Amino acid sequence: MDSANRRLADVRIALVGVPNCGKTALFNRLTGSRQKVANYPGVTVERKEGQFRDRAGRHYSVLDLPGAYSLSPTTLDEAITRDVVLGRAHGEVPPDVIVCVADATHMPLSLRLVLEIKRLGYPMVVALNRSDLAKKRGFRLDVARLSAALGVPVIETVAIAPAGAQALIAGLAAFEGREAREARAPTPGDAICNLAPDRAETERNQHLVPQILEQAGYCEPLRTRAAARADAILMHPAAGMLALGIVLFFVFQAVFSWAAWPMDMIEAGVGAFGTWVAGVLPEGALRSLLVDGIIAGLGAVIVFLPQILILFFFILVLEDSGYLPRAAYLLDRLMGGVGLSGRAFIPLLSSFACAIPGIMAARTIPSVRDRIATIMIAPLMTCSARLPVYALLIAAFIPSRAVGPFNLQGLVLFALYAAGVLAALAVAWVMKRFLTKRTYHPLLLELPDYQWPDLRSLAVGLWERVRIFLRRVGGIILSLMIVLWFLSSYPAPPPGATGPAIEYSFAGMLGRALHVVFAPIGFNWQIAVALVPGLAAREVAVSALGTVYAMSATDSALESALLPVISSTWSVATGLSLLAWYVFAPQCLSTLAVVKRETQSWRYPLIMAGYLFALAYLASFITWRVALAWSP
Amino acid sequence: MSAAASALPVPLTNLRRGARAIVQCVLDETPVIDDALHSTVGQRLIELGFVQGVEIEIVESMWPLGDPLAVRVRGSTFALRRREACAVMVTPAVTPV
Repeated sequence: MDSANRRLADVRIALVGVPNCGKTALFNRLTGSRQKVANYPGVTVERKEGQFRDRAGRHYSVLDLPGAYSLSPTTLDEAITRDVVLGRAHGEVPPDVIVCVADATHMPLSLRLVLEIKRLGYPMVVALNRSDLAKKRGFRLDVARLSAALGVPVIETVAIAPAGAQALIAGLAAFEGREAREARAPTPGDAICNLAPDRAETERNQHLVPQILEQAGYCEPLRTRAAARADAILMHPAAGMLALGIVLFFVFQAVFSWAAWPMDMIEAGVGAFGTWVAGVLPEGALRSLLVDGIIAGLGAVIVFLPQILILFFFILVLEDSGYLPRAAYLLDRLMGGVGLSGRAFIPLLSSFACAIPGIMAARTIPSVRDRIATIMIAPLMTCSARLPVYALLIAAFIPSRAVGPFNLQGLVLFALYAAGVLAALAVAWVMKRFLTKRTYHPLLLELPDYQWPDLRSLAVGLWERVRIFLRRVGGIILSLMIVLWFLSSYPAPPPGATGPAIEYSFAGMLGRALHVVFAPIGFNWQIAVALVPGLAAREVAVSALGTVYAMSATDSALESALLPVISSTWSVATGLSLLAWYVFAPQCLSTLAVVKRETQSWRYPLIMAGYLFALAYLASFITWRVALAWSP
Repeated sequence: MSAAASALPVPLTNLRRGARAIVQCVLDETPVIDDALHSTVGQRLIELGFVQGVEIEIVESMWPLGDPLAVRVRGSTFALRRREACAVMVTPAVTPV
């Protein structure tokens, strides 16, 4: 839907450009924080719109269209861009002015799109972006002569500097607004061509591009020696694979070892706070709710914030640097063996942070079948919400011992991640072999220039993750903890009862009922209780265990943390079985909801829940049996 | 007209890593990208810059069969599989001395 702001704006602008042209940086520069992110109706492509006013007070509304190489789309994103500029998009008003963002480091690619857009007949301006970077590599271009050759104003914008956006805003003042155009009699120039170009026209345009560039005195920026050298290593069939393995392994080691110190600090802080609250409040239901329910529950989750931040830091750096498409190139052949495209690597890597952005990133895969296959295996990538569970169980059951240069705990964590990946490959292979028809889809993937991650956007991205995490902790996790506390406190034990109160409560009853299902795989009733709130968010299982054990503790153990409790009361076999369960962990409702939304059907989320549950149960059963036989 | 430029066009996939060549044409019988979107690989290759007279370079190719390969065209690099790369017909470039 078009927002009210956009309808009221004096001038409605659309930003169009090829992928990786710095369009979004320019959009952020123009609109600042006045942005609204939603979806286009009926499809799941992200729609970003912002507002700004120029010095004269004219109100602009800016639509940041998805990156597109052309108006003959190969992805859902490109189809949206075509539909909006051709005036075919449902509920979307065609823009008054198109700002075509050209990347100075990729002039021919950008200019071809400019020619395609120009032919539509919109009032337009070309924003020449990234010329600062290009000039360092020998780029030369006469902006005035380019403008004359194109017959369209060209404005240099350096998206990372404020002056660039100011020049563009000043240039936009020359265009007539919506009201002015509607007030006067229409001229033939107002007619918008609404046809996508055919192959012959595309070829004609492609021959025009070098001619226009020559008229503008264009000098192509050279590929830097450093970039060529980096590619010679990172894209080498053997060295590149090795480098990819090292990068991934380093990330997972870092998640464990760098986070240790801040995690200890948080743990100590939460413990001290709980003790203090317990000291100042009188004995009773309120103290129990605060200390056992809220502080024990939230503390158990919040302690994993450092690990989640480190993981997201690496994913954001890899994303910004331009390395990820190269990893997709390296893995294309391997992934093709199980029926996936190399393009699936990027959504699958995001799924290590959270399956939800991963599943949404699968939109960039052109083929419907490749996309479904990628979505179906995304939850097998170990998401950051499983990290708290892994971290707790590993700390409880795996000794911290040096194995060569590595730590055994880090190795086990790596093995758990690897188990998820191998399971994903197996599932993809089964789907390819038995379920889907074979059709061919090309790779056609741009390998962008390397660039240093922008510290500002990195900080913004990390802050965004902290906010989402804390909002989850403060919202859904907090409310579940209160509900769980209630369920495990009432009904109160009958007078003269000997066991801990929780055994007589609703949670105790629920746990014993579920225990029938989970006993064959070695889970005790406390785990069965904790799995239920884990449906809302996987990491809640850890909080829930915290609450369940805090509630069932006798006085002496009240202040002790969850970790020593489970390592002394669970058998190693139970711990390993729960680890195996969490490799598959089918119980994330938000993931299933997103799959439903992305595939527009109930079929895939239901299949997904079914196969994940079956695999989790099977893996836990085997682990439990093997571990029992190993150490009776 | 040098001997090299008048040579018969060969598929891009015949080139080795590091080789340069001049694009002659993109063959028409290329697979359809997505039934719903009606785009063909040929059209997309042309949009990315594989048009007659343009110089390309094979930057890297993957083991064991050179699939996929990374091709540099007009300052941008793209990863193509052999299956789509074989639609691009090229003649060896005259290397400047």
